[in-house]
Amino acid sequence: MRFRTESSPHIIPRHSVGGVMQQVLLALIPGTLAMTWFFGWGVLINVALAVGFAVALEAAMVALRRRPVGPTLADNSAIVTGWLFALAIPPLAPFWVTLIGIAFAIVVAKHLYGGLGYNPFNPAMVGYVVVLVSFPREMALWPAPETLPQMPLGLWQSVQTVLTGSLPAGMEWDAITRATPLDALREGLVSGRTVSEVTASPVFGSFTETGWEWIGNFFLLGGLYLLFRRVIRWEIPLALILGVAIPAGFFWILDPDAHASPAFHVFSGAVILGAFFIATDPVSAATTKLGRILYGAGIGLLIYVIRTWGGYPDAVAFAVLLMNMVAPTLDHFTRPRIYGHSRGGGPPPGAGP
Amino acid sequence: MQLHRFHGGLKLADNTEASTAEPVLTMGVPERLTVPLCQHIGDPTEPCVQVGDRVTKGQRIGQAAGYIAAHVHAPTSGVVEDIGHYPVPHPSGLSAPCVVIRTDGRDEWGDTRMEPWLDWDTRDSRRLRERIREAGVVGLGGAAFPTAVKLNPRAGQNIHTLIVNGAECEPWISADDMLMRTAPEAVFEGIRIVAHLLGVERILFAVEDSMPEAMRALTENTPAELADRLELVSIPAIYPTGGERQLIQVLTGREVPSGGLPADLGMVCHNPGTFRAICDAVIQGRPLVSRMVTVTGPGVHRPRNVNALIGTPFAELVAAAGGYDAEVDRLVMGGPMMGFAVHDDALPVIKGTNCLLATRPQDTPSPGPRMPCIRCGECAAVCPARLLPQQLYWQAKAKDFDAIQDYGLFDCIECGCCAHVCPSNIPLVQYYRYAKHEIWTREKERQKSDVARERYEFRQARLEREEREKAEKLAKKKAAVKNKEGQDDDKQAAIQAALERSRARKAARKGQADATDSSAGSTGEAPEADSPTPGDTGTGTEPAETGEPGRSEDTGQADTTNATDDSQEHGR
Repeated sequence: MRFRTESSPHIIPRHSVGGVMQQVLLALIPGTLAMTWFFGWGVLINVALAVGFAVALEAAMVALRRRPVGPTLADNSAIVTGWLFALAIPPLAPFWVTLIGIAFAIVVAKHLYGGLGYNPFNPAMVGYVVVLVSFPREMALWPAPETLPQMPLGLWQSVQTVLTGSLPAGMEWDAITRATPLDALREGLVSGRTVSEVTASPVFGSFTETGWEWIGNFFLLGGLYLLFRRVIRWEIPLALILGVAIPAGFFWILDPDAHASPAFHVFSGAVILGAFFIATDPVSAATTKLGRILYGAGIGLLIYVIRTWGGYPDAVAFAVLLMNMVAPTLDHFTRPRIYGHSRGGGPPPGAGP
Repeated sequence: MQLHRFHGGLKLADNTEASTAEPVLTMGVPERLTVPLCQHIGDPTEPCVQVGDRVTKGQRIGQAAGYIAAHVHAPTSGVVEDIGHYPVPHPSGLSAPCVVIRTDGRDEWGDTRMEPWLDWDTRDSRRLRERIREAGVVGLGGAAFPTAVKLNPRAGQNIHTLIVNGAECEPWISADDMLMRTAPEAVFEGIRIVAHLLGVERILFAVEDSMPEAMRALTENTPAELADRLELVSIPAIYPTGGERQLIQVLTGREVPSGGLPADLGMVCHNPGTFRAICDAVIQGRPLVSRMVTVTGPGVHRPRNVNALIGTPFAELVAAAGGYDAEVDRLVMGGPMMGFAVHDDALPVIKGTNCLLATRPQDTPSPGPRMPCIRCGECAAVCPARLLPQQLYWQAKAKDFDAIQDYGLFDCIECGCCAHVCPSNIPLVQYYRYAKHEIWTREKERQKSDVARERYEFRQARLEREEREKAEKLAKKKAAVKNKEGQDDDKQAAIQAALERSRARKAARKGQADATDSSAGSTGEAPEADSPTPGDTGTGTEPAETGEPGRSEDTGQADTTNATDDSQEHGR
């Protein structure tokens, strides 16, 4: 009897790229729902638009590159990119912001570099940074966190706003938007107020503004699920959060009036989302254990530095892109000791009689 | 006993319930046995019988040519039908020299049978080792390294610990488990022989915690002679604990140095099957002509272990295991992680055949397109050698053979953990095998070209020297002639006169016979015209002249090797 000869191993593999990405998408659901609850239907509309654009552009690029479209789309990576991008931009951002951002993410940052696995930079963050620096006005319009039933805009009105770029008649942007906690802190400190004066406002909860806090909690839940399912490993999220919290704690202890608490920093902006979902993008991150710790810590530290002394209120995207650049170098210098080798050139552990 | 952990590894379902539920079947003698001559790691073995010869069971039919080699014996009595190339179980799928025996069913031992040594403990190490070599014993865990070599430590290596590797190599395989359950006495006898041979102080017998019955059989049968220095250790079943280096780490916390051997740590490690083979060889005088094989997998109906003669076709083993499932599409020799799929079930059982695994399409990875590596690092997390498999993969793809060695390619044990966890379904181990093979090939070529270069340079030097000597000689001669010229004019005059005379004679003769004269003149001139040639070849026109026919043999040869050397230089 004759047989096919395939190479080993001869058992069903444990994971697939598509499956890994599916787990990530699943883990994004609680945080996304929390964002929708506090910021309105715009969040879901953005997610749908961004995912749609991402998948369409991915299919077009793969077809242009004459690769099999079906199997490539089945890896679900374009969906993750689109979804993460959508969570990063303001919920009522006009559709063309999403389109331009996704085009940069998928076409430039991903496929011009060779597609999945070959992109040195996190595609979603490239797209986000492009629109952040290009359209500062649109990117600053964050609605005030409310609960969904109290939203000034219904589902249909939100769709209209996203598609037309202008609010329904009779509504003003100023009336429905509010500075994010990080913006508020920044402006407050610049205008000479203390941290406690800024956070004394009733909208603030125990760490940061109530809505943002809850969103952070739900992303944390998703992140813990990914850790539990071993889709991601602990090194990057933990190092990133400590990378933010340790310098924040240091300055906060030195001068609590001029510096917000570590908890405020961790739960404001995109730190939790970034720690578990963005910085953990394996393609653009470091791969060795120590490399990942340094990579995560570097992102955390850069986030704190840019937030405190830089020109932007939040900095997850910049920090991630900057650390993407050094990831290969980190990998090179943090190689683990191979079995039977010694670190310094002597005999391996336990050698000798 | 304090156990240690090795890095990474996988918890895999061992799937041995079915194959251990059936009793071990000793298979009959098939009509025809195809016995490959090289079944071990090392130098090839030469046939020492001829077509048409009658052979008896245990008669040597293949003679080990080198030190790292093992003899091959007739597994039963019969007639040598053919000696030639037949397909053998090897990842390459190529054919190799085999001795085909048409069996006579009598299974007779001849007078070549080795004498049983019931008094083996009176023999010294050298004689025991010779007996083990004589019997063609190789490591039966799958690697098939000649055992006698492993039992011959180099000077200065003090072997103090003997490790019995009772951890099954891979999931699905239960050959060692069943051997320990059914023949613990033979295994212990083999251990006693080796312990005596090596003079070890300590014996660690490791059994996986997934084999309680084997453990019970061993505990009940431990001979009193070994009780003081033998320790039965239950170890966690994490793949690849059955790897020698990982097992040593688990048991002792020590790592075998890269490029070294366990003997460098004073340890020697053998598989229970090997100990049984040693026991048979020494006590019964029976060479290695059969072995335990697990025939299993979802592709056969009744998984079980069989004792099969070397050379038995796989198909007969499968038949003994209830035959194929209708959906079977793959037959693997070895386990699911490191085994290789064979193209034909007519291939023979060899000394290294520990398992035949038959699978259906749904049991193996789908052959769909490979996804790109996403650098998830799962492979690095499970690598027992603490390598970075994804980096090795990129380097192998880029053919960056310097970097890949720097990243520890040759520390890879090819266990397949990385490929199993790869979400992109990349056959990583294939890439490492390719890179290793490529590096070995290049190394061989480099050595060859070094030899050629040396020869070329030597020849260049010789030609230059000859040229120089010739020039010197010529100069000396010229100088001498010049001196003479200046000294005696009368001599010159005499020569002149002689020439005149001869010319006159020539002219006189010309009238008589034209033909004879001209031919004599041309032969006289020939040596003059030829003599500069050998000197000229050395003057740097090598490449144009390479391989030019009609040159003297030694220079021609040197030039051809030089040409290959050249083409390699360009190829790089």
